[in-house]
Amino acid sequence: MATMIGTSVKRREDAKFLTGRGNYTDDINRPGQVHAYIIRSPHAHATLASVKTDKAAKRPGVVAVLTGADTAADGIGGLPCGWLIHNKDGSPMVEPPHPPLAQGKVRHVGDPVAVVIAETYAQARDAAEHVEIDYKALPAVSDASKAIERGAPQLHDEAKGNLCYDWHLGDKAAVDAAFAKAAKVAKIDLINNRLIPNAMEPRAALGEFNRATGEYTLYTTSQNPHVIRLLMGAHVLHVAESKLRVIAPDVGGGFGSKIYHYAEEAIVTWAAAKVNRPVKWTAERSESFMSDAQGRDHATHGELALDKDGKFLALRVSTVANLGGYLSTFSTTIPTWLYATLLAGVYTTPVIYCEVKAVFTNTVPVDAYRGAGRPEASYLLERLVDIAANVCGLDRAEIRKRNFIPKTAFPYQTPVALQYDSGDYPGCLETAVKASDYAGYDKRRAASEKAGKLRGIGISTYIEACGIAPSAVVGSLGARAGLYEVGTVRVHPTGTISVLTGTHSHGQGHETTFAQVVADALGVPMESIEVVHGDTAMIPFGMGTYGSRSLAVGGSAILKAVDKIVAKSKKIAAHLLEAAEADIEFKDGVFSVAGTDRSKTLGEIALAAYVPHNYPIETVEPGLDETAFYDPKNFTFPAGTHICEVEVDPQTGVVTVEKFTAVDDVGRVINPMIVEGQVHGGVVQGIGQALYEGCVYDPKTGQLLTGSMMDYCMPRADNLPAFSVGHHTTLCTHNQLGVKGCGEVGAIGSPPAVMNAVVDALKPYGITHLDMPATPERVWRAIHSARQPRAAE
Amino acid sequence: MPSVSLTVNGRKVSAEVEQRTLLVQLLREKLGLTGTHVGCDTSQCGACVVHVDGTSIKSCTILAVQCEGTNVLTIEGLAQGDKLHPMQEAFREHHGLQCGFCTPGMVMSAVDLLKNNPKPSEREIREWLEGNICRCTGYHNIVKAIQAASQAGR
Repeated sequence: MATMIGTSVKRREDAKFLTGRGNYTDDINRPGQVHAYIIRSPHAHATLASVKTDKAAKRPGVVAVLTGADTAADGIGGLPCGWLIHNKDGSPMVEPPHPPLAQGKVRHVGDPVAVVIAETYAQARDAAEHVEIDYKALPAVSDASKAIERGAPQLHDEAKGNLCYDWHLGDKAAVDAAFAKAAKVAKIDLINNRLIPNAMEPRAALGEFNRATGEYTLYTTSQNPHVIRLLMGAHVLHVAESKLRVIAPDVGGGFGSKIYHYAEEAIVTWAAAKVNRPVKWTAERSESFMSDAQGRDHATHGELALDKDGKFLALRVSTVANLGGYLSTFSTTIPTWLYATLLAGVYTTPVIYCEVKAVFTNTVPVDAYRGAGRPEASYLLERLVDIAANVCGLDRAEIRKRNFIPKTAFPYQTPVALQYDSGDYPGCLETAVKASDYAGYDKRRAASEKAGKLRGIGISTYIEACGIAPSAVVGSLGARAGLYEVGTVRVHPTGTISVLTGTHSHGQGHETTFAQVVADALGVPMESIEVVHGDTAMIPFGMGTYGSRSLAVGGSAILKAVDKIVAKSKKIAAHLLEAAEADIEFKDGVFSVAGTDRSKTLGEIALAAYVPHNYPIETVEPGLDETAFYDPKNFTFPAGTHICEVEVDPQTGVVTVEKFTAVDDVGRVINPMIVEGQVHGGVVQGIGQALYEGCVYDPKTGQLLTGSMMDYCMPRADNLPAFSVGHHTTLCTHNQLGVKGCGEVGAIGSPPAVMNAVVDALKPYGITHLDMPATPERVWRAIHSARQPRAAE
Repeated sequence: MPSVSLTVNGRKVSAEVEQRTLLVQLLREKLGLTGTHVGCDTSQCGACVVHVDGTSIKSCTILAVQCEGTNVLTIEGLAQGDKLHPMQEAFREHHGLQCGFCTPGMVMSAVDLLKNNPKPSEREIREWLEGNICRCTGYHNIVKAIQAASQAGR
């Protein structure tokens, strides 16, 4: 058997979604349910002089109006940050309080101030108009570089100069010495634009309390229900985990934005007990824009030192990272351990130094968004490498080849903490060059020019670290959680199987992929396997889905549980077959005595385990149900080459992606169809960042100017071409499946490929850099403020 | 409260609604048809597309009372029993969905496209889908699915 791995099995998730039988949080209604409307600050920065609720409380249908004073009176805690970063001098970062409902001050537009609970949502929304809030507006700052300037408005008393931390990584002295000897230096100043994740399902939360048993249930749009249970129970509501059930049912996309513990989850759960009725909140999209954690927002200066042949000698990076008004759950690790550690990229740069100032501003909190830190690293590095090629007069593919970590160098220790286990970067580039018809590019450029268009081609050869993460390693770096994963394989008496996983699927197709893995490992038909996730009452304590970890870490846990099932089954089989355990072989779902035709199927073993009449009861427990926790030995390191071709209309500044080729090494591919789908989606989010998406705050007032889908431009079907997606595989060496992860590669590899192509197209104007997003206006302005085009080169 | 009577997925229904109640609220909240989704509040995302008298429409952009006497088809009414509609089948075959949230609107919109234009070009498909946002698939496989449904003469 062993035929499911590598097969594009159609997804078992699809039938329910295609027929409207999905079960998303907002689809769930509980008896007696009331509805919550959250009143949010219209100011970016203000003190709260008073919040008066008495008029609103008398409006039709209103059940309760609750404010920060009520949470304080009930001893409700703040939303915790899950990762402690230390400053250069070893002191800990600043951690200001993050109350679920504002206490005395608001710090961004959308900061929750009060909640109105009513019989219907419309009544709650109407009554909210009658809550009288006296805001004393304060000056606001939304740009992180400005927020650390002297005289900037100060957000938190604890954070002097709005600084959360001033962190660094690498050997500064060695880097400075290398720069002193460099033949050439490539430099760049860039902005990694702030993004708004916009999973299509708006966040929602439905809290319920059983007064008789003291048990709480929270239905929520989460990528990691156990993490929410832990953070909310232990830190915010002070409820025993045994009395708190968190269910993340079908979840309509996450991309990181549904990892974090949000105020609304705590508010509805707390309020459900207060009003003794289930309380439901569903975000309007406008609320998503001002309350879902946003992504990226770096301002960076980078310098690459080169020798005369274009070999990289050293990299020096200085970044100011915007954290927003409060610390979201994993915000602090994104611009540090998930960013600076990736700055070696796929190159042999011997020494690297990176310093990061992380800053509070009057904006929505920033946290992980698809790729999280790694897209920021690869964008910086790949833009810098293109500039280096220019400085050295080398072809952009050639300079990459000269600096690639060779295929023979693994395991490869980078100067920024990571040890890559496997990869073939030249091979990825070569495959992509072929697949993209790189050789035929000049012809295509000529055709574009004939049509009055500029054409450019861009390469990015990226790497990422995922499969997050070895617990001891991240613990030493400040993580306040372990990052193992759990899997249970429960063989039922009749031989059907439930696989419970601590990861969560919100589009990734785990129910299919994981069933494929278990079907092969146990030699049973996929149809006999169900995959269960998303409910803390059903699954053991798992850490959830993010950082492309589900298969590498969660899948490995499941396989470990499978191994336990097989080991126990062999003991049972030995008893039933009256043979020595050492003589029992397991293959294709059958346990047999070596060299004989005597055998038992897994189903027969399971029946014996649950009906143990003839059973080795003295030495083997009944039942066939095994749980395993798997803590990865290392991160995994997907890598690849993306090649993009764009056309630019010099009259309008409109950029169109004409051709996009992705060749990724994601390790072993379990379901090619699903993996390609993940790459498509990631690439488009990357193209979105490069060409369309940019979160804009008014620099004077801190108002969110891109507050709806009419103002914030997400890629639409007619903005995009079809893609060419391929693989060049090397296996991960430290997990059983050899898998690396595929969820984020698209979003990490594509922005630099697109922007390198855009800048290449604008080369005739002497343009060497353009910040994302390369909107028509920005491109048009760049063209018009540049010198006249040189004759076509 | 005004009442509205209409046919939804072949079944005659009546409900009391507020004047401001949107069709999508009627479907989701009064009729329990939660397959139709709300993804935005500016009529941009298309997650709520249904058919009203045979034409695709964003159900967040029409009042329930405007639908008096109409015939509404939602994603729940598209399959014939257990047999998926060819467009649903094509989405499944070509992995045209991931998280599933935009899917009902995408499918309903695509069905209407092929009704109007049985053999659309790739460009025409992409332009038609301009009002349906998907954040997961990059549209690649959605376009492929619609092309396949079209080629199958559906």
